Amino acid sequence: MNLDRSSVERIAHLARLALAEEDVPRYVRDLSRILDLVERMGAVDTRGVEPMAHPLDIPQRLRPDEVTEEDRREELLGLAPQAEAGHFLVPKVID
Amino acid sequence: MEWEAVIGLEIHVQLATRSKVFSGASTRYGAPPNTQACAIDLGLPGVLPVLNEEAVRMAVKFGLAIEAEIARRSVFARKHYFYPDLPKGYQISQYELPIVRHGHVTLHLEDGTAKRVGITRAHLEEDAGKSVHEGFGGLTGIDLNRAGTPLLEIVSEPDLRTPQEAAAYMRKIHTLVRYLGICDGNLQEGNFRCDANVSVRPVGQEAFGTRTEIKNVNSFRFIEKAIAYEIERQIDILEAGGRVVQETRLYDAAKGETRPMRSKEEAEDYRYFPDPDLLPLVLDEAFIEGVRATLPELPDAKRARFMEQYGLSAYEAGILTGERALADYYEQVVEAAGGEAKLAANWVLSELLGALNKEGLDIERCPLPAGHLGGMLRRIQDGTISGKIAKEVFEAMWRGEGDADAVIEAKGLRQITDPEAIGRIVDQVLAQHPQQLEQYRAGKDKLFGFFVGQVMKATRGRANPQQVNEILRRKLQG
Amino acid sequence: MHTRTIAELSALLHEGAVSAEELAQALLERIQRLDGDLNAFITVTAEEALAQAREADRRLRSGEATPLTGIPIAHKDIFCTRGVRTSCGSRMLDPFVAPYDATVVERLAAAGAVSLGKTNMDEFAMGSSNETSYYGPVRNPWDPERVPGGSSGGSAAAVAARLVPGATGTDTGGSIRQPAALTGITGLKPTYGRVSRWGMVAFASSLDQAGPMARTAEDCALLLQAMAGFDPRDSTCVDRPVPDYRAALAGEGDLKGLRIGVPREWLEEGLDGKVRACVERALQVYRDLGAEVREVRLPNAHLAVPVYYVLAPAEASSNLARYDGVRYGHRCQDPRDLTDLYKRSRAEGFGPEVKRRIMIGTYVLSAGYYDAYYLKAQQVRRLIAQDFRRAFQEVDLLAGPTSPTTAFRLGERLDDPVTMYLSDIYTIAVNLAGLPGLSHPAGFVDGLPVGLQLVGDYFEEARLLEAAHRFQQATDWHRRVPPGCA
Repeated sequence: MNLDRSSVERIAHLARLALAEEDVPRYVRDLSRILDLVERMGAVDTRGVEPMAHPLDIPQRLRPDEVTEEDRREELLGLAPQAEAGHFLVPKVID
Repeated sequence: MEWEAVIGLEIHVQLATRSKVFSGASTRYGAPPNTQACAIDLGLPGVLPVLNEEAVRMAVKFGLAIEAEIARRSVFARKHYFYPDLPKGYQISQYELPIVRHGHVTLHLEDGTAKRVGITRAHLEEDAGKSVHEGFGGLTGIDLNRAGTPLLEIVSEPDLRTPQEAAAYMRKIHTLVRYLGICDGNLQEGNFRCDANVSVRPVGQEAFGTRTEIKNVNSFRFIEKAIAYEIERQIDILEAGGRVVQETRLYDAAKGETRPMRSKEEAEDYRYFPDPDLLPLVLDEAFIEGVRATLPELPDAKRARFMEQYGLSAYEAGILTGERALADYYEQVVEAAGGEAKLAANWVLSELLGALNKEGLDIERCPLPAGHLGGMLRRIQDGTISGKIAKEVFEAMWRGEGDADAVIEAKGLRQITDPEAIGRIVDQVLAQHPQQLEQYRAGKDKLFGFFVGQVMKATRGRANPQQVNEILRRKLQG
Repeated sequence: MHTRTIAELSALLHEGAVSAEELAQALLERIQRLDGDLNAFITVTAEEALAQAREADRRLRSGEATPLTGIPIAHKDIFCTRGVRTSCGSRMLDPFVAPYDATVVERLAAAGAVSLGKTNMDEFAMGSSNETSYYGPVRNPWDPERVPGGSSGGSAAAVAARLVPGATGTDTGGSIRQPAALTGITGLKPTYGRVSRWGMVAFASSLDQAGPMARTAEDCALLLQAMAGFDPRDSTCVDRPVPDYRAALAGEGDLKGLRIGVPREWLEEGLDGKVRACVERALQVYRDLGAEVREVRLPNAHLAVPVYYVLAPAEASSNLARYDGVRYGHRCQDPRDLTDLYKRSRAEGFGPEVKRRIMIGTYVLSAGYYDAYYLKAQQVRRLIAQDFRRAFQEVDLLAGPTSPTTAFRLGERLDDPVTMYLSDIYTIAVNLAGLPGLSHPAGFVDGLPVGLQLVGDYFEEARLLEAAHRFQQATDWHRRVPPGCA
């Protein structure tokens, strides 16, 4: 699979990664090679095979509806690069 | 050309659990920002979700109420997009295998017809936080208290054809979730939010036109207006030879119009895949039947029963069953009134709803106990008070002056039904108005009302009106 | 003292022959002296360690001690530690101090183990050489020009260099077993769901599993005993009793009746000839212990790497979407707007390998490619798991090489991601199936350690540990000390 430059740029945008202009050819090459590797599985006949999402075939456990978390706002906001008046801050968001 | 609109609604219902869908943080509304956003809600490294059982019960309850299929196995998926109110960069939702599929509700429209509306699916997901645009200079503040609140997203079939039907459907779902006790239904607080998919096509054409999605319309009134505007807008474009652009739009209530949403300009690629932190949700018969046993009587059944059992009109039954609390109130009034169903309906629909409306209260915060109102109706029935006096009693009870008997006693409002007592008062009135008596006897019949009024005035309205009429007529003839 | 195993130290601590504080102090000094070159630690928590050690001494005196009380350990820097930076080997989390402990950290602390610090690792556990760490590469104690393997390279090197007798690691595609093999120690990846993932920074959630790294199987048993068990905070953690792992190792014994299968596919192309010869000598030891060794087939084994490089990046691209510079972690300077904030914070915070995997994962999940890549990979994953099921109908354990080569040179594969990925050719399938796997020292090739991988059926950790323990009773590869570490 040969990815082209615009595909790599599209993927990088979808993943919100800024790519330096000079790094793009390298990503084009590396990602194409990785896809060549993974495409080896394309040859296998998987008709009728149930996809396997989890190693263990067990159902989801349910939690009782109880409030167990206390307010730790100051501690958690303390982790933020920018916070003010109880809020995390980001550049202006447009609806 | 004649046009027809095709409308489908996606309603996001916040489920009334105590804690969040995947964490133990509180869902209480109105807390200071970020005080109810724990490490899981914030998507800190290494945190993991565990599913809230009550959210699952509520989703199943809704599914049973709309006679849908309840999935024995459903799967949580991640829906990816970057937005600052979405902490993990993905929303945990359900995609290919939702918990509820293929249900329906019946709308009772104002013209008296009924319309069945299909519900494609209802799935569990988590709510996002909120962006606060004011108060941070040129920046935006993020409050994640709401992040992780359980939502049930209810997706209708594109079965709706008019803005009125859409509003009726939205009300119907609102009534239903309130009946089921799975949502507070407070539109101002955002616990019930609606997106509308709207397209138009020439009447008779089967294929759908290009649709637009109107996001976040949180009022029954606005949904009707927003859709009406959007239909109009699309028809104008098409009639001018243009093409409708598939896009997401916002309704501006102040201007009464919809406009494209800027943040949704690029096409989304949500990259759904099953959430590996959560296992398939498997529900057995016992769980589902356990939920079924908790189902209350549903609005349609209650409405039919009210018509049948209480002899109410479709209109009366419709209003009285519009809120479960109102229906319960009504039935308590009927019981306290000794079965006076029609009288109870009249009083609840006019006086009670009028008083609530005037004070901006809902039925849950009604200051007048149903038993008091029923007791008053009993006193009308047994002749202790007249219907007119009853209004005075009602107002006193509303103000909290006790039950009907206490008010009647305290204010001396008991109706005078002793013929001799009424006769004496009639005699007095006639003696006090010789001139009018003379005119009446000379043929001025209209003065009969004047005498009735004087008697009622003399008794402060307490005399039994029928008896007053009879005795007065007899004495005037005499 | 530093050459002693956990089991030996535990006995000394309980006898009072040494105090936990003395022990911690001695090893902290050793770290101070040797880790400058090795770079096995990202953070050393000397003060906290000494406080924990003094508390351990109190428990030892009062008779409340467990076999791990007072034992110095180190945690891979992927486990959240309250109040101590958890970087995950990334600039993205360089400023991050978790407000909670991972369950693994909590459980080991509750057992009285003394944490000396946080070990180096490949960034977000993505790598097989420990060269992708923001904090620089770790050197292999056997040859400082070579890698220790990865991603738990810091834990492996610290244990091999006798800086700590045991450490925690995580294994998504071989990240415990491969570095254990390359540094000559013993490492166990438990069954998926055996150990809680709470507080462990996620790489690929359906594959990640925490496990112990130590010099012997017996020490791994002691660590696993404390680490394993149900945790209601992790939906994928299994509610199932934890057996007494050490009890399975009691006394001297043989392995009569044990059926060991050697997958033919694990001895085929790609395997270094000398490593193969070493593995075959180790298999002879098992035969000598009474085990029956026979060939089995895993026909889809060659698909494990391709499947893994769809599923692991897909899950990673999703798990790493939360690192956006908003609530914690690295944020770029002066973002122009929201998109700029995201793109530059992430571009600066993540290294090239992490970016490659995020992009591969994003691609295979994107519209139009999901079925051909992601869904297909999930189907082949099932075929791979079914191969193992069939094999375990015939044999009790599988055995083979852990890694196709011994430790490679620093920088040798850095420019070639695909060759790097093939370092995990024998370990990856085990994660895809969710089975337990163990690597133990099996000999040396040109002065570099070789590991033997044992794979058990689901929740058969005790059987794996027993087999490795019997092997270690019969051999002394695990007692070899790297030059300069004696």
